[in-house]
Amino acid sequence: MDQILGNIGLLFEFPVVNLKIILDGIMVGALFALAAYGLALVWGVMNVKNLAQGDFVIAGGYVSWWLVQNGFPALLGVPVAFVVMWGIGWVVYKLVISRVIERDLFTSLLATFGLAIMMAQILNLLFGSDTQSVDLDYDVLYFFDGFIDVPIAKLIGVLMASALAAGVIIFMKSSRMGQAIRATAQDARAARVMGIDTEKVYAFTFSLNSAICGAAGAIIVMVWVIQPFYGISYSIRAFVIVTAAGLGNLPGVIAAGLGIGALEQYGAHIFGIGYQQAIAVLLLLLVLLVRLIQQRRNRQVLK
Amino acid sequence: MNMARNKTILYALILAFTFISPFAFPDFGTQLATLWLMIIVALTWDMTGGQMGYNSLGNIFFYGTGMYVAALISIGMVYDVGDYTNAAGGGIYKFTDLQYFGGLALGVLGAGLFCSITAVVIGYLTFGLRGPYFAIGTLGVAIAAGELVSNWDWVGGGQGIALPVYPGDLDTGKIFFYFLFAAVGVGTFLFAKWLYGTRFGAAINAIRDDEEKADAMGIHTLRYKLYTWAMAAFFVGMAGGISAFQLIHFEPLESAYQTINLGIFMVVCVLLGGKGTLWGPVIGAILFHLFKEVTWNYLLGWQWVALGALIVVTVVYFQDGVMGWLVHKRPEWFGIKVEKKVAEQAK
Repeated sequence: MDQILGNIGLLFEFPVVNLKIILDGIMVGALFALAAYGLALVWGVMNVKNLAQGDFVIAGGYVSWWLVQNGFPALLGVPVAFVVMWGIGWVVYKLVISRVIERDLFTSLLATFGLAIMMAQILNLLFGSDTQSVDLDYDVLYFFDGFIDVPIAKLIGVLMASALAAGVIIFMKSSRMGQAIRATAQDARAARVMGIDTEKVYAFTFSLNSAICGAAGAIIVMVWVIQPFYGISYSIRAFVIVTAAGLGNLPGVIAAGLGIGALEQYGAHIFGIGYQQAIAVLLLLLVLLVRLIQQRRNRQVLK
Repeated sequence: MNMARNKTILYALILAFTFISPFAFPDFGTQLATLWLMIIVALTWDMTGGQMGYNSLGNIFFYGTGMYVAALISIGMVYDVGDYTNAAGGGIYKFTDLQYFGGLALGVLGAGLFCSITAVVIGYLTFGLRGPYFAIGTLGVAIAAGELVSNWDWVGGGQGIALPVYPGDLDTGKIFFYFLFAAVGVGTFLFAKWLYGTRFGAAINAIRDDEEKADAMGIHTLRYKLYTWAMAAFFVGMAGGISAFQLIHFEPLESAYQTINLGIFMVVCVLLGGKGTLWGPVIGAILFHLFKEVTWNYLLGWQWVALGALIVVTVVYFQDGVMGWLVHKRPEWFGIKVEKKVAEQAK
């Protein structure tokens, strides 16, 4: 308890610590937001809740890590992970997801949960259970007499994440396929009537989601560490963000992603790093509860 | 009448097998006990998941909580818990036979009761969630509980708790725990069988079929949901309490709040056997346990991949389970009369 109070006191004593935490949070949050955006896309378009989201992220990370182990430059990992995960996403869609779209929601949840277990274990068998990361030889920038350290690698990661997000947004807004995806999300039947091949749209959407996750993972492996079983925590964060922001609300997803990144860093600072996972999950419960209370206002009975 | 006699014979055979099996297959004592554990958790998962339509992914929370409550009660009656769990303390703690069995009995019962109460509290907060949100919310509760407990030093933190060993020789201990699990399992089955025949069973089925209409028909849905979950939690909590003593040592993330192990196994058992049926969870648990033991023995390393594949295949291709398949193929076994015309058309 004393330690918690002390940690809170530290925040007021040295306001610059707040800045560091928020900066860290934004960097983490940008990557959460990417995974969450993919989830929102799949959720909105084909009504599938993908619990294997985090494992796609980790798989992308391993693609990049494997490339670096074999002597390729680290920055190449991001586009390669994008492409490889696109292919894996397509295979997964054809084998599993295409068969659960029309089914009830719990089916897709459980099927992707099974998928998550499989993927985590395959990664574990292929690459071992050690934590891995790719070391970029960049400098660290210091501000405020060394209170704040910003590794350039992290900056590059955030920039790449932003570029990827911007690319996806432009794609969804202006390309023909993006239009078809949005039309299918609004009303799949109507889209079919208008001549859109929804099956193709679904396959494309899921592959795109998987590719976004893969690229996010390739960035994560450069700035933090990955491990085969870390997937579930990214899935949970993606769910927190999407539940908080709602579907089809991209600015909301980004804001929620950054916010959750910052909140988690605050929580880890105040309660200790051991609670980080618990804080992510508790945030999910909190968001669900708040949503529930909001909805309750609409539920009325005649007296 | 023939049907009724067949049923009696079937039940008698199963009961006889229950009694004989630990002596007939002494090498498999622990596996058989685990099979009963699977049957218990599958049956209780089906109470909310199959019969009431609320698919919880967090029932493992009650298993883990049951473990901890049972352990804390039995330790707390004799020693100071903080001293006991302090690994650096180096104290030696002995339990007499009376203390061991008394602690076990009270601990297991207390675990069941405590889990029931927690189910009501958590259910009050989460039962407003529907469908997948409920599943994710309950999964969140289980994961959060595991993480919080592993940071709580008073109950041993991440290292968990080591309980006293069964006083007596090892083989007797195995049989003792087998029969404890079997007793709770048979109790759970009989309770479920009775429950589904009552008005209460009809009410929770109504909630599954259409909650709004059930509400409109005057069923106090929240109350029914809470009671059902509390009943399920009672049995899972007791099973958890027994597990704690059987395993002797347990820790929070891998054995108590094992979200992706037992927590998901119970759902797969039910889906494999057939959701919303009395026998489905039992059959599913037996099939799943066999599959698991075989893959764990012969596919070492790949067992989890096989397991994930089983989940995906079951969910995607075989969701009605064995019972659903049987109802479809042999409706007359279930007293369903199919008119000839329909039957011929089906052919």
